[in-house]
This record gives sequence, C-alpha cells and structure tokens, in this order.
Amino acid sequence: MIKVKIDNKTVEVEKGTILLDAARKAGINIPTLCYLHLHDLNITNKPAGCRVCVVEVKGRKNLAPACVTECMDGMEVNTHNIRVLNARKTVLELILSDHPTDCLICPKSGTCDLQTLAQEMGIRQIRYQGEQSTYREDTSPAIIRDVDKCIMCRRCEMMCNEVQTVGVLSAVNRGFMAVVAPAFEMNLDHSVCTYCGQCVAVCPTGALTEVDHTNNVIRALADPSKTVIVQTAPAVRAALGEEFGMEAGTLVTGKMAAALRRLGFDYVFDTDFAADLTIMEEGTELLDRIGRHLNGDKTVKLPILTSCCPGWVSFFEHQFPDMIDIPSTARSPQQMFGSIAKTYFAEKLGIKRENMVVVSIMPCLAKKYECSRDEFKVDGNPDVDFAISTRELAHLIKQANIEFNHLPDEDFDRPMGESTGASVLFGVTGGVIEAATRTAYEVFTGKKLEKVDFEQLRGMDWVRRAEVDFDGTPIKIGIAHGLGNARKLLEEIREGKADFHAIEIMACPGGCIGGGGQPLHHGDSSILKARTAAIYREDLGKPIRKSHENPFIQKLYEDFLGKPCGHKSHHLLHTHYFDKSNPVEIE
Amino acid sequence: MAKYKMHLLVCGGTGCRASESEAIFQDLKTALLNRGLENEVQVITTGCFGFCEKGPIVKVMPDNTFYTQVTPADVNEIIEEHVIKGRKVNRLLYENPETAEKVEDSKHMGFYRKQLRIALRNCGFIDPENIDEYIGRDGYQALGKCLSELTPEQVIEIMKKSGLRGRGGGGFPAGLKWEITRQSKADQKYVVCNADEGDPGAFMDRSILEGDPHSVIEAMAICGYCIDATKGLVYIRAEYPLAIERLKIAINQAREYGLLGKDILGSGFDFDIELRYGAGAFVCGEETALIHSMEGLRGEPTMKPPFPSVSGYLSKPTNVNNVETFANVPVIINRGPEWFAAIGTEKSRGTKVFALAGKINNVGLIEVPMGITLRDVIFEIGGGIKDGKKFKAVQTGGPSGGCLTHRHLDTPIDYDNLISAGSMMGSGGMIVMDEDDCMVSIAKFYLDFTVEESCGKCSPCRIGNKRLIEILDKICQGKGTMEDLDNLRNLSQVIKDTSLCGLGQTSPNPVLSTMENFYEEYIAHVVDKKCPSGQCKALLQYTIDEENCVGCTACARNCPVNAISGERKGLHIIDQAVCIKCGACIEKCKFNAVFIK
Repeated sequence: MIKVKIDNKTVEVEKGTILLDAARKAGINIPTLCYLHLHDLNITNKPAGCRVCVVEVKGRKNLAPACVTECMDGMEVNTHNIRVLNARKTVLELILSDHPTDCLICPKSGTCDLQTLAQEMGIRQIRYQGEQSTYREDTSPAIIRDVDKCIMCRRCEMMCNEVQTVGVLSAVNRGFMAVVAPAFEMNLDHSVCTYCGQCVAVCPTGALTEVDHTNNVIRALADPSKTVIVQTAPAVRAALGEEFGMEAGTLVTGKMAAALRRLGFDYVFDTDFAADLTIMEEGTELLDRIGRHLNGDKTVKLPILTSCCPGWVSFFEHQFPDMIDIPSTARSPQQMFGSIAKTYFAEKLGIKRENMVVVSIMPCLAKKYECSRDEFKVDGNPDVDFAISTRELAHLIKQANIEFNHLPDEDFDRPMGESTGASVLFGVTGGVIEAATRTAYEVFTGKKLEKVDFEQLRGMDWVRRAEVDFDGTPIKIGIAHGLGNARKLLEEIREGKADFHAIEIMACPGGCIGGGGQPLHHGDSSILKARTAAIYREDLGKPIRKSHENPFIQKLYEDFLGKPCGHKSHHLLHTHYFDKSNPVEIE
Repeated sequence: MAKYKMHLLVCGGTGCRASESEAIFQDLKTALLNRGLENEVQVITTGCFGFCEKGPIVKVMPDNTFYTQVTPADVNEIIEEHVIKGRKVNRLLYENPETAEKVEDSKHMGFYRKQLRIALRNCGFIDPENIDEYIGRDGYQALGKCLSELTPEQVIEIMKKSGLRGRGGGGFPAGLKWEITRQSKADQKYVVCNADEGDPGAFMDRSILEGDPHSVIEAMAICGYCIDATKGLVYIRAEYPLAIERLKIAINQAREYGLLGKDILGSGFDFDIELRYGAGAFVCGEETALIHSMEGLRGEPTMKPPFPSVSGYLSKPTNVNNVETFANVPVIINRGPEWFAAIGTEKSRGTKVFALAGKINNVGLIEVPMGITLRDVIFEIGGGIKDGKKFKAVQTGGPSGGCLTHRHLDTPIDYDNLISAGSMMGSGGMIVMDEDDCMVSIAKFYLDFTVEESCGKCSPCRIGNKRLIEILDKICQGKGTMEDLDNLRNLSQVIKDTSLCGLGQTSPNPVLSTMENFYEEYIAHVVDKKCPSGQCKALLQYTIDEENCVGCTACARNCPVNAISGERKGLHIIDQAVCIKCGACIEKCKFNAVFIK
C-alpha cells in the first residue's frame, strides 16, 4: 500500500491505482469525459484524450491526467486549484467551441455527458470561438452518426474494436478534422456493422444515436384503419423505470403494460410469449441434432448456436460465413411474434395483415435492422413494422403526458401476452440457454425437472462453459456475451477444439439488459447488475417457469402450428442466413 | 585509398543530386576514362558536405580543394587544369565574402572552421555505398570491440560516462535508456532507429543515412548487444528514397560481411535490421506514435508510462534512439567516453548537428560542439545575414521551438540553456530571420504546421492549436484586440500544460516566445493596426506622396483594379477600399511617389 495526498487528504491505496480512483476513495470526484470503466465487465477506455481530468502533481512540469496517472508513494495532488480549474475550463471551452451547441433539440439533451459537465463547470461563455469541423451525417437502418458532435473520446471505437471485435469504427483524418468513422468514411450500412449499438450505449454526446421511430408509431396509433399491437422484450421491463427516476433494477412490467394501453395500442402483448415459442422450436432443433449425434449420425453439425440476437446474426454472416449452417434456424422472438401476429392473430381478428401494425419495444438497436430484413416481409409488408428502443418508449410515454410512476400495474392481453419465467430469462446472458435447458431436459429425459435454476449458466464472466447432466447424458454448454468473446468460441469451433452441444451468444455485454437501446448506464456497471437481478426476480415470481408448459403456446400448436419444427413452423418461424463476406464497394 | 593519386569527391546528397551532381559524377568518370586516368584518379559519390548553399560540391583530395556550384560543363576544365596540370580552377573556388579572396583549402573556409564533425565524420568523405570505405575509416571496429572485449554492462557504462543525450529532441541520456531497456525482462526486445525526421527544413538524419548509413547500422547492433535484442527496426519516412536505398545497400553489405545476421563475428550474437516506412506524419517522430505506426495502428501517441523501454513495439521492451544519436555511438566506443565527454558543456556533451536555414548566407548542414554560441553559428559558420540585412531572430528546435533574439546570441547552445531561453534543442532545425520578418506571421507559420500535423487525439492540441492560429490570423488581419492577446497567452499555456504528447506540449512555443521577445510587434498589429515589417498585407496602406507625384498617370494605368485616380499632371490618389496591395504602382512609379504606410 502507498500513501498519496489529494487536496490535503491522505489516502492509502494499492500500488498501480490511478489518481482518479484514489481521489474517489478520498471523496473527491474528478470530472472525466473520455474515460469509461465498466468495472464488473472489465471494460476500460482511457485514451487520456479529452484532458478534462487533469490535476496538478507536485514536482511535475505539466498537469497530469488523473485517468491514467498511477499513484506514487508520497505524491501530492491538487485537483481544483486555479491552474487546474483554468486548464479544465479552457479545455472544455475548446471542446464546446468545436461542437454544435444545439442542445435544446439534440436527441441526447438531458443525458449528454458533455452537457452535464458544461453545466457542472459553470461554463457561461466560450472564449475561443472559431471554425467548426463538419462532416456528412450518416443514417443507417438503426444508428445515426452525427459526428459533428464527436469529441474523439474513442469509447465507441473501443467498444467496436476491443469488446465486439467488429472493427468498423476507428479514428480517421488527423488534427482538427480527426473523427471516429468507418474506414474511408463510408456509410455504416456499407460496413460490416452489426448494429449492436454498443457504440451508441457509450457515446457521451449526440454523435451516435438511434434512428427514432416514435413518430411512425404515433402516426400508426392515430390511424383508425390500423390495428396496432405491441410486444415488449424481456429486458425492457428491468430498465424502463430508470427513465422515470426509479432505481436501477426496478421491475415495471405492470406499469409498462398500463402505459402502453394508455398510449392507445389495441393489444398489449409480450415478446416473452414468442420467447417461449422460440424455446419450443430451437429446443426441438437442439434435441434433434443431439439425438442424431448420439445415434452416430456424422452429418449432424454441433454445437447448435442460438440465433435470437440480430447483432450476433449479422456478425457471423459478415465474419464467419463458412459457419452459417451451424446456428439454429429459429427466428428471433421478435420475428416469431410478428409472424404469428400477422397470420394466426390477424386471422383470429379477421383482419388483413396490411391493416395490422406490429410495434416492438426492444432494448436493442439491431432489432430495427432485423425487422427491415427482406426475408421477414410478406409481399413487402414486414412482420414487425417498427422496433423502438426502451429510450424511445420512455419518450413516447412522456409525450403522451402519462404519469408513469403513478400508473397501476396491469396485465398483458391474451393470448400473446402470456409467458413463463423461462422466457423472461432471454433478457440476460445465459438466459436463453437456461430456458432451453429447462424444456430440453424434460423432453429428452421424459422426467420432471425439480430444480429449474441452473446457477452454473449464470454470471457475468465473458465466456462460460458448463455441463448439464441430462439424466446420465452430459450436455456441454457454452455461453458468450460480447461479440469479441463470441469470436473466441467460433474460432475454437472452426479449429475443431470445441466439443460443445449448444452455445448461447448475445452481442451485448450482459445480454439484452445491456443492449444498445437501453437507458444509458453512463459507465456504471452496477446498473447492469441490478437489471440482471431484476430479470431473475421476474422469473422467480412467475407461476410457470418452463416454456413448454405455457398453455397458450400449447394451444397455438394445437390450433394453428401443428408441431414444433413442423411444416408450418418451418415456414413461419424459421429463417436462413446469408454469406455477407463480400467486400462492399466504396463510393 | 592508397593506390590512387587523387580523389574527386562528388556530393551525392539529395540537394546536390537535384542540381545534376550525378551527371557531374558520370562526366568526370568518362573524362578520366577518355584520358586513361581511371587508375590514377578515383571519382566517388559521397554523402552531403553540408554546404548546400553552394552545391553541387566537388572536393579534390588530398589537397582539400573545394569547388562550389559545379555544373557538368565545368568537368573538362577541372580535369584539364586541376587533375592534369595541377592548377586549381580559380573561378570554382569558394570566395570569402568579407575579403573577396578565393579559399584554396576548405579547412580555411569560415563554414568549416568552427565545426566539429563527429556524427557527420564520414559524410562527404566516403562512398556510402561501399562498406570497405566505412571499414577503412575504423568502421565496425567498435562493434568488434564490444562483442569480443566488453560485456553489455561495460558498454552501457561507457555510454553513460560519455554523457551522450538523445539527439531527437528529448535529450534523454542514451546510456541510461539502454540500461533501463536491458533491465526489462522479456523473451524478445527491439532496437528501433527513429529516422522519421519531420521538422520543416531539417535534414540531419537524412544526410547521415545518405552519407554514412553503416555508422547507424553498427550502432544499432551495439545497442542490440547491450539490451539483449536480436532485432532492429529503422522507421524511416517513405519520402527519403535515397536514404532508403543506401540503407538497404548498407544492410545487405553488412549481412554479406557477417556484420549483421547470425553469430556476428563468431561471437554468438545474432542481430538483424528491417526497414519500416512511415507515411510522413510529423507526430510519428514521437516514440509511442512511431511504435504504433510500426505495429500497423494509427500513428498517434499514448501516455507514458509505460515507456517503450518497458513496453514498446508489440508490447516488448524497445529502445528507441534517433539517427544522430546512433551515429555518435561507434566513435564513442572507439575513442573512449572521456574523449567525447570533454567536448561540449557540463550537461550536454559532444556535438550537435543543425540544419541552418532562413535568411542566412551559408544555408546548410553543420555540426558544432555543444556550448558554441548562436553568434558563432549564425555569423561565423552561417556567414551572417543575407543581403546585409539586420539579424532579428533565430528559431531553434523546429516548429515547436521558440524564437530567440539578440539577447540570446551569446548564450552557449545546449539542451538546458535553450529551454531556459524559452526554446529547445529539438532535433536541430535552426531558422534565421531578418528585419523583414514579421514575428506574428512567423508564429502563424509554425502553428500552421503543427495544426496540420496534430494527430487529433487530445482536445487541447486538436482544437486549441486551431484556435491559436485563428487568433493569430485575426491579428494579422488587423482585427485583433487586447483581449485576444490575453486569450492567446492563456490558451498557449493551457495547451502546453494539458496536451498528451510532446507535439502539443511544445506547439505554442513559437507564440509564447514571440510574445515574450517581440511583444511590441503584437501591440503594433493590435493597437496601431500596423505590421512593422510590412509583411501583413491587410495592414499595409499604399499611399501617394503629394510632393513627389508629378501626375504622370503611370500608376493609374498599371493598376489592375483601377484603384488610382487623378488628372494628368495632377496629384493621384489611391482608393483604399479598392486597392489589393499588389505593389504594381510602386514598381511603375519613377518618382518614388508611392510608398507603403
């Protein structure tokens, strides 16, 4: 342990501690902009580029960035004397001088780190005005890049390269024109971007935001000729409350259903219903492949990979096209829901699919892209019309003058609002495979599963390996979250080093609870932990906790689908993948 | 060199080559061949002589005859007169500008008298493409000595004793750097030679690599031996094709001679060198940026620590030294650290190479002992200011150095003195300014370079330097205010105080040093709306003198924008709103009636 004196307070810290952390230990909060540290996920961004966290270290010639400067024994630090304050304010004014200060109409207003810092630092004038660096705006199916607002914090670049290993975003140009962009400043939709949205999730300003579909939803709701139905993904209920000042991890399932009903949706359904359906289809596919494998069929491909995460689907289509026959062909819950809604449910209501609008509330930005894919359209009409994020839903609720915090808890509508505890697990890493295991075990062994909680599949470790005993048959399961970790498992498979039966992959750190469409965590990973805990609480509170026991799912098969992986299911609930490895042409 | 009676040394540096020195070389060879003298007189292409002002240079040995501004047309005369008849070609000799006498022996030229050439010892002396000539000048003797007689620790001790400091700008003690890298434990370590010379007008490293590439190769191998590295990398900018070519030839020759590769000189020590090309970004001269560029990443710096000597290229311990630093090493080993340490000042030992440029008579490359004064460099070696103008300032340290004035002329040049004077050693650029130079424009000129070359990683450098140049531009336009001057100073200090790497930490130096030393010029621009040197166009006013104007109409007829009006034989007047300050009226007026206010 070493001792440092910060603003005349002595703190004892371990060798290697950065000044920023030592100061926090002493109750001193040094402001930062580019720095990002998601403690539980071990994700760190510290390029020391913004220079907002500079402090004075006695005996040092220039100011030191607290985010990277390690404490030395006996160090004396001042974090707010006039030299430091002047430097910090000047640097901040410089950043603002090259920023379109259109805060009032910026999509990030209110949640912008730069705006907050300018407010906290009491910036009332910008002494250094001049030319601003401007760039072309880039709109893709899911993400908008308005890089005039980029402050070169490089958080997105770190996420895209180090965590996701997608490699789309990096710094281009130099000096005043330096900015983060895809190579050759090409458009995002010409790149190998998966739309995972992790860049958006960490962007401190309005440089990266989602494509906003709230107005499309408002218009659909106002159209009397349309029946508008809504589905809500499992992770949304564990995070939406944060947008209304509730503590992270507050479950707002009932309030959310109530709010959606007040917004005017004709039917308030749940993606969880479709998640149960996914388990039926994917689970059946899994058992089929395992069964054939155990019977010595050499043509069967194992492991089977989950396919409910659209960021992950794009990732393997772009980067592992030689392996597109390994993932399950089951569509994601969002798309299964849309497909069933516009066939089974539309038939039930006696309306044409053109007159039905399916809106999904997703923690995810890749879902916007997913629902726009051609294979999920019938005669040009998409199964899911609009996917809006948790953040967009919060805006809709606020615009409709709904006092969210005082809403009563309400239930989802039936039949497509009924779900099990297994389905809600889709919101966290390891959850899909746990839900599948609950069903697969009973189908495979023919025995009743007494203990449904598979602790060995849970946790935040990037790559997890577990073995589940299927009554004497060991089933090997792999789990990865974050695409960089998916890459590791895929490479193991490609090299023939992996002997898994099934692997679950989620593009976002933590799974959907950490999705690109969720309320911003501002670098506080305890928020992700709290949301995870909420998802497991929701599961625990459900009367039915295995997908195949969902009575409405059973009825759906009886009345409409026939059997899992049957002819009709295959047509409505499964998909195929594309080799997208061909390099795109650069304009 | 023994079998020839005479040697003709033709400068093969980039500058002289641009002025047909290759043709001179070929013509000399042909002329000798035609006269059957090829076995008596040898012609060789050497590296740069440094006296670029008067290139192309042809030097005749052994009598030290120094021919300047030679053209291919002069070749026959040199052969006929000097080689055959033993009569020097008077008109090609250097003329002492003070006495107007021709200098017969180059040792007596003012340009060389006060120089001490250690790093440049072989430049302009040997054929850089012939390893035997390098060996003939004690080349690779130091490497042999290290491998056979000295332990790495002993070599490091010699380096430390010599007091050699990094010549790339930082001035970090080279021996200490080697020692730290040696102490870092790793399975692989690297020696990197920083040949990413980027200061405008500087060509010290290029000249060494073009003129004496083996000295750098030998030093890198010695360094590899000291730090336990088997691999060396030279990071060189792709804009140096000649240096690259000569370095490649030299590396191949060294390999053929067993001086690079496996088991060098039977010592069991392996070492080889690869080249890596830079794309010409100034910031890649900063060692962490250089390393990232070599790794294939974006060339931008990262915070130190960790220092490259602990975690550098591919995260392995890496010793980065600049070309000139390396060029000093073999001599230090051969002649001993005491000899080297006796040269220079207490904290800055040895010599320094400078690229002299600007308004000075003898533009070129010089090497002087540390501790020499700026006066000696500018007025003795540099031959004073061009066209008899008055000296105003000298910029040392490249684009991020400071401008020094009369007050500093007698300051002994070394690392620490330059810093206390508000400038720095840098890699050795030295640009001289005369009374016609506007110091605000000079500051703007340098800022223009650093704005262009900033990598954009940290906010103060990326945005701050841009704002500095905008304020300077405003002042040059006559729109500056006193508040701008305060802002300029504050911003400069904050950029220095908060920038990530050496580029931003020094880029405001030209602003701060000109504000310190030439504040009155800033005031003139801001308060009087005048540019004392008449350089800032926006602040000039062309006026016609009532008494001198005879009404000849020449000015009005020649004004391209019809800004001048007046009757024949009557006084003419310039409409300031229309005038574009092109100067055509001054040129045409025969009566000295037009003047600049």
